[in-house]
Amino acid sequence: MLKKDLGLLVLIIVVGAVVAIINPRFLSPINIANTSNLVGLFGIFAIGQGFVIITGGIDLSVGSIIALLGVIFIDLIANHGVPWPLAALLVLAIGVMMGMVHGLLVTKLKLQPFVVTLCGLLIYRGIARFYTRDATAGFPFGVNFSDLEWITTGRTDIVALLTGDRFHSIPIPHAFFIMLVIAVIMWFVLHRSVFGRYLYAVGKNEEAARYSGIRTTRVIVAAYVISATLAALSAIFFAMYTRSILPSGHGNFYELYAIAAAVLGGFSLRGGEGSIVGVVLGTVLLQVLQNLVNLLGIPSSLNFAVMGSVILIGVIADQQFATFRRRREVSRERLAASSAMAEAAE
Amino acid sequence: MTASATAAAASSASAEPFLKLSGLRKTYPGVVALADFSMEVQPGEVIGLVGENGAGKSTLMNILGGVIEPDRGAIEIDGVAYPSLSVAQSMAAGIGFVHQELNLFDNLSVAANVYIGREPRKYGFLQLVDDDKLQKAVQPFLDRLGATFSPATPVARLSLAQQQLVEIAKALSLQSRLVILDEPTSSLPIAETEKLLEVIAGLKADGISVIFISHRLHEVVQASDRVLVLRDGNLVGALEGAEIKHDTMVRLMVGRDLKVNYVSPAVSGGGAVLSIKGVRTSTYPGREINLDLHAGEILGLAGLVGAGRTEFARVLFGIDRPLGGGVALNGQEVHFATSADAVRAGVFLVPEDRKGAGLLLDLSIAQNITLPNLRSYARSSVVSLSAELEQAELSRTDLDIRTSNVSQPTSSLSGGNQQKVVLAKWLAMKPKAIIFDEPTRGIDVGAKAEIYNLMRVLSDSGVAVLMISSDMEEVIGVSDRVAVMHEGQIQGTLDRAQCSEENILRLAVGRSI
Repeated sequence: MLKKDLGLLVLIIVVGAVVAIINPRFLSPINIANTSNLVGLFGIFAIGQGFVIITGGIDLSVGSIIALLGVIFIDLIANHGVPWPLAALLVLAIGVMMGMVHGLLVTKLKLQPFVVTLCGLLIYRGIARFYTRDATAGFPFGVNFSDLEWITTGRTDIVALLTGDRFHSIPIPHAFFIMLVIAVIMWFVLHRSVFGRYLYAVGKNEEAARYSGIRTTRVIVAAYVISATLAALSAIFFAMYTRSILPSGHGNFYELYAIAAAVLGGFSLRGGEGSIVGVVLGTVLLQVLQNLVNLLGIPSSLNFAVMGSVILIGVIADQQFATFRRRREVSRERLAASSAMAEAAE
Repeated sequence: MTASATAAAASSASAEPFLKLSGLRKTYPGVVALADFSMEVQPGEVIGLVGENGAGKSTLMNILGGVIEPDRGAIEIDGVAYPSLSVAQSMAAGIGFVHQELNLFDNLSVAANVYIGREPRKYGFLQLVDDDKLQKAVQPFLDRLGATFSPATPVARLSLAQQQLVEIAKALSLQSRLVILDEPTSSLPIAETEKLLEVIAGLKADGISVIFISHRLHEVVQASDRVLVLRDGNLVGALEGAEIKHDTMVRLMVGRDLKVNYVSPAVSGGGAVLSIKGVRTSTYPGREINLDLHAGEILGLAGLVGAGRTEFARVLFGIDRPLGGGVALNGQEVHFATSADAVRAGVFLVPEDRKGAGLLLDLSIAQNITLPNLRSYARSSVVSLSAELEQAELSRTDLDIRTSNVSQPTSSLSGGNQQKVVLAKWLAMKPKAIIFDEPTRGIDVGAKAEIYNLMRVLSDSGVAVLMISSDMEEVIGVSDRVAVMHEGQIQGTLDRAQCSEENILRLAVGRSI
């Protein structure tokens, strides 16, 4: 774990402790389960956003993808009788396609990622509203998908499961669990695999990466595909979580949550920096903040203001720490050098 | 040196020095960057300043520029002594800089660059830039430097040599009495270098002093009235007139004798490894390049800036697509759509821009070395960190990369060692042909010799080596054969016997021999 990640973890614990002292309900099983459910839902697509940010790009289309693919998914299974596994595959496939288009526009036509995904944001949102004629997409009364609901919104008490119901703990929402699984896989992909190294290389200096024989186009397209596909996966989870989707509002600003989580987690928008642990912890902090607003009786209209302030303070503190560390290193080197000189003189 | 220049030098010798440095000392923990350095600058004098990287040249320049304070000593300007200068004092004293990396805004015009921050205004409170006045003000400086471009030209459209003139014009517009040129010729080829030397002579004739810092000793000999040699922060020699000789400078710089004829000739010629037939690049769509690169030889590629050499290298390495023609590798037709294809085929490039294209400076030395071939250090696409370190350690000993730890960021290395890392990337694979684009630019004499030896070892092992270089000494000293490019085509090839500066120049300007 990087020092940055450790700092973030400490911040989360401190904020959590303060909230818990003021309002002990923060640590109630039901609150922990609910918060971790949200961490799961938001974490899945934030991880994807992280991949794009590492390449030096940005994916603004995430929220609209969640809205569009959400309404498509609900429509397919609720109104057209498509079996849900098939519908899920279809939605994921559309996600792959969207990411591919974003990536190709960025690499082949050399458009700026901000512009490409901003257009995505507008286009997908518009199509989502058109698709449902601006009406709320939802399940007709009495329609149930028990397997799908269990997977996406179910909760399992792992301790109870392992000990055969003798002991109990907090039931863990499956969304959180799946996010963790994705995070572990993506950790290997980003921090240990060849592709991950290429991603960092391309993000740091695309030119130098190309001069090392890396197919930079492929690497960048892959990052956008990962982002859009994970957004498609979250679309299914969000659809099942809210059960009804108002296409004009569903998923609004979610891309900004993801970007905020990444920035809090130590990603640089210039590319080439960031870690999976960081973006997951960033998501946790954002959800804890949301929760804090509710639990401490702060008017919910201040929600964004609180979030923005904490991010700003976090980024400033991080930068100050980095400068401090660098100075300390320099002075340490000087000390080492002068003591070596003194030894040599003796 | 011409008779008039000598006369000018003689006349200026009688003039009073306007700048005197005495006993300047600057230490950093563990390092003496500059030890009790003294010098005088007289009006209209060209002083060559040479020394290996880390000899203290930059420290001296930074003291003069007001960027760092010396620990001891004094800087005397027109009889007034200062313990240290501020940037503003340095400017007011008429000290102008042209840095190796030019500081121009390439989205602005020549005139705007020269007067940046001092633009003439018009329409009172609207504070609009008075472009007419601006351009009229800049024109005389350009005329004085013999520049043929107009003040309204966007800097992006100028060549590197022309951009240097803009920097010099900027220094002149600040009423500089002393212009310090830091490695001005390192990125210029022959003809532009000659022009720059003329510009220096012109400044001298106007009574402006020049400090000329260069690794290219040949030009130092041509340009300087006086040469100061620095080594490890000490002034180890001051040469004047006939004493200014290449060998003497090298000996003083490195503190030992170093053979200028760096490289032993090729053992034997082999068959053609890379045959280039009728390749056309986008810069010269109408010109065809034909060239055979043999196993076991170092083929030098000389030419003027803009002759299309780097573009040619980019095409060979698959960065750009050729407009036409074909490349055969060991007799087999090959097409490199991307650099990845070239790498897989064993054709590698050591690019001109070491920091921007050759290396990822933030990544570790080990990560840079394994980057082009990362898959072979991975099992089921998970990188084995131990295999990576093993290779890096191997490269470190093989190439004598001087670092305490291969996990250090590459930015911590000196230029010469960085270049060795670029080489290590490719040597860790199986090269068939390697293209070096300006392999020793900005690298000190010692590291240069090591790189030449590595090139020779490579070519002796049967690898075809193409060396693009604008450094005449290097081209003549290292190449077994020299191809000279002129406006997008090979104007001629010279073997070792024919290879002289004069012949190369004739071909480079488009004549034949």
